[in-house]
Amino acid sequence: MSLLYAEVEEELRATVRHALAGSADPWRALAVDIGCAGLAVPEDRGGAGASWREVAVVAEELGRAVAALSTATVPFLGTTLATAALLAVEPTELLAKMASGTVTVVFVAPLSTPPGAPPHDSVRPDGSATAASLTGVVASVADAAAADVLLVPTQSGLFAVDAADARVVPVVSLDQTRPLCDVTFDAAPATLVGDPGAASGAWKSALMTGAVVLASDQLGVATWCLESTVDYVKGRYQFARPVGSFQAVKHRLAQLWVEVTQARAVARYAANCLADGDPDSAVAASLAQAHCGPVAVRAAEECVQLHGGIGFTWEHPAHWYLKRAKSSAIALGTAAQHRAALGALVDLPSR
Amino acid sequence: MDAAFAEAGAPDNDPIRNGIGLGMAAPTILRHGTDEQRRRWIRPLWTGEEVWCQLFSEPGAGSDLAALGTRAVPAPGPDGEPGWRVNGQKVWTSLAHEARWAILVTRTDPDVPKHQGMTYFVCDMTAPGVEVRPLRQITGEAEFNEVFLTDVWIPDAHRLGEVGEGWRVAQTTLMNERVAIGGGAVPREGGWIGVVAREWRQRPELRDPALHDQLMRLWVAAEAGRLAANRLREQLAPGKRGAAQAEPGSGGAERPRGEPGAEGSAVKFAYARLNQEISGFELELLGAEGLRYDDWSMRRPSGVDSASRTPGYRYLRAKGNSIEGGTSEILSNIIAERVLGLPPEPRTDKDVPWKDLPK
Repeated sequence: MSLLYAEVEEELRATVRHALAGSADPWRALAVDIGCAGLAVPEDRGGAGASWREVAVVAEELGRAVAALSTATVPFLGTTLATAALLAVEPTELLAKMASGTVTVVFVAPLSTPPGAPPHDSVRPDGSATAASLTGVVASVADAAAADVLLVPTQSGLFAVDAADARVVPVVSLDQTRPLCDVTFDAAPATLVGDPGAASGAWKSALMTGAVVLASDQLGVATWCLESTVDYVKGRYQFARPVGSFQAVKHRLAQLWVEVTQARAVARYAANCLADGDPDSAVAASLAQAHCGPVAVRAAEECVQLHGGIGFTWEHPAHWYLKRAKSSAIALGTAAQHRAALGALVDLPSR
Repeated sequence: MDAAFAEAGAPDNDPIRNGIGLGMAAPTILRHGTDEQRRRWIRPLWTGEEVWCQLFSEPGAGSDLAALGTRAVPAPGPDGEPGWRVNGQKVWTSLAHEARWAILVTRTDPDVPKHQGMTYFVCDMTAPGVEVRPLRQITGEAEFNEVFLTDVWIPDAHRLGEVGEGWRVAQTTLMNERVAIGGGAVPREGGWIGVVAREWRQRPELRDPALHDQLMRLWVAAEAGRLAANRLREQLAPGKRGAAQAEPGSGGAERPRGEPGAEGSAVKFAYARLNQEISGFELELLGAEGLRYDDWSMRRPSGVDSASRTPGYRYLRAKGNSIEGGTSEILSNIIAERVLGLPPEPRTDKDVPWKDLPK
């Protein structure tokens, strides 16, 4: 398996970058026009038959474009989790519709759900397990406001609920580029798409896939922060020199470059594992979150600091990246939670 | 290629003992040597018959290698053959006591700025006037040497590159050094993290939740460094399109295929810090046992076999990792300037004749 980008992935990157730069409705451009909604879905299930590697490249570009997309709606993480969940259950028409980009399906779980957590039990079917309605609340769900259909994992199975039948209330989020909602179901009509056994697999797959794809988003954030800071310190003069000529500044950026380079290798490795169904996928996913999350945060923090005063303003885009990075470091488990998970996976028990 | 020979049952070429030959001298001779020089030196180097060492650093020229003052002046040999007489002192010379040949950088013109007046030679370590003395290090042993050169005569046929071009030739050596030090492909837990992980698995009585998070931080850092080195190796592999691929964050810098760039510095930089952190952690993990040491006696190892030594040895030896082959501070400058394209510090030494520099 190669840790480099394939040519087709570089072409996809260019296409996505171009679309994100020039579109009034970037999500439509991505999901429908470019077909990103179905990248990881096999052709016989209505998708484009690419792989999670390509999805990760799209995530990287979205991470880079955080500021430009700060007012747009791009429910990429929520739909990625939903895609992984739907791929883990019996084929559904919903997956095909989702893959075509015509229906936006978002996975309903708190964004901070850590690896290895059991499916939340705050939403339950009314009456029998196969009952056609759900009741309960899930807080801090990413991307739910953009959903046509909510995909709801419960301990009794995986259900699809028409978003119009749930109460989706936006909350004020630390990271406005990935807005959160509290989602309430009050006897909401629901369709069972996975029995409890399949739903458990779908839950795990969604969280693991999310961790891998999020790592590439974090890589994109870190890359933008590094590049924009390097550009800035080349042109910013103090003491009659570019501030980037001072070793105190250079050494920080060199260190950051090393970390970002490692993050790229780690994120690529995780995307490869997922694409190939490699048995190392769970390790790679937690490794990716344990490494890329903190790297993105550091990159954004260095970006703010090394820009000096302008970096602290609302006017400068750095704050979007800082908020995205910090919230992403909590999303789908903190680095510490992933390190703990890794310990169990690689036979390094804590006690 | 190494794997193919091993499979065929061939003995290896003693890559640890001849690391400098294989990793640094060979690429430099291949790049800058004449056909005759390649014929003379490459084969016995590659088979491991002839060990090489490196006469670069001096007591007064460490990070600032271009300040070196070992003088070479033209002098004919006994039978009138053109050559050079060399005087000076070199230091940090691994394997000098076993080496047949050395790569040597000298000052041939003190009247021009320091980067211009250097010339690169291959020095016969058995020649009269070459004196090797062990240099004992903080681990107790002496991997390194001081080498004193007193009226050593070197034939002009052993010059690599043009007179005055020594700095350019040395760059080839140094870039390859960092790749060599950065290491070859290793499996997961192949480095020192594997030593600590085995201790953790075999000795439950050492475990503690606070230490566990530290252990996992190091495990993650080791794996990230390993994957980054693998990715770099893939980029450098001949025939891979990645070799000349401009990386995001690299300022669009490209380089010829197969040429180790400043990126090799990053691998070495990361390994130095990682080894220091792991070995420091290992001592704390072991607690009382970490207070003991295996052997302070003065020995002359021909390679570093850290895994078979006591943890205290690893802790001390790792301190050299961020100094040897370019300090981490110099490597940071290289990454910042050559990869990220940041401007250099203002310099006061570039246009001054070497002989007028403060020393």
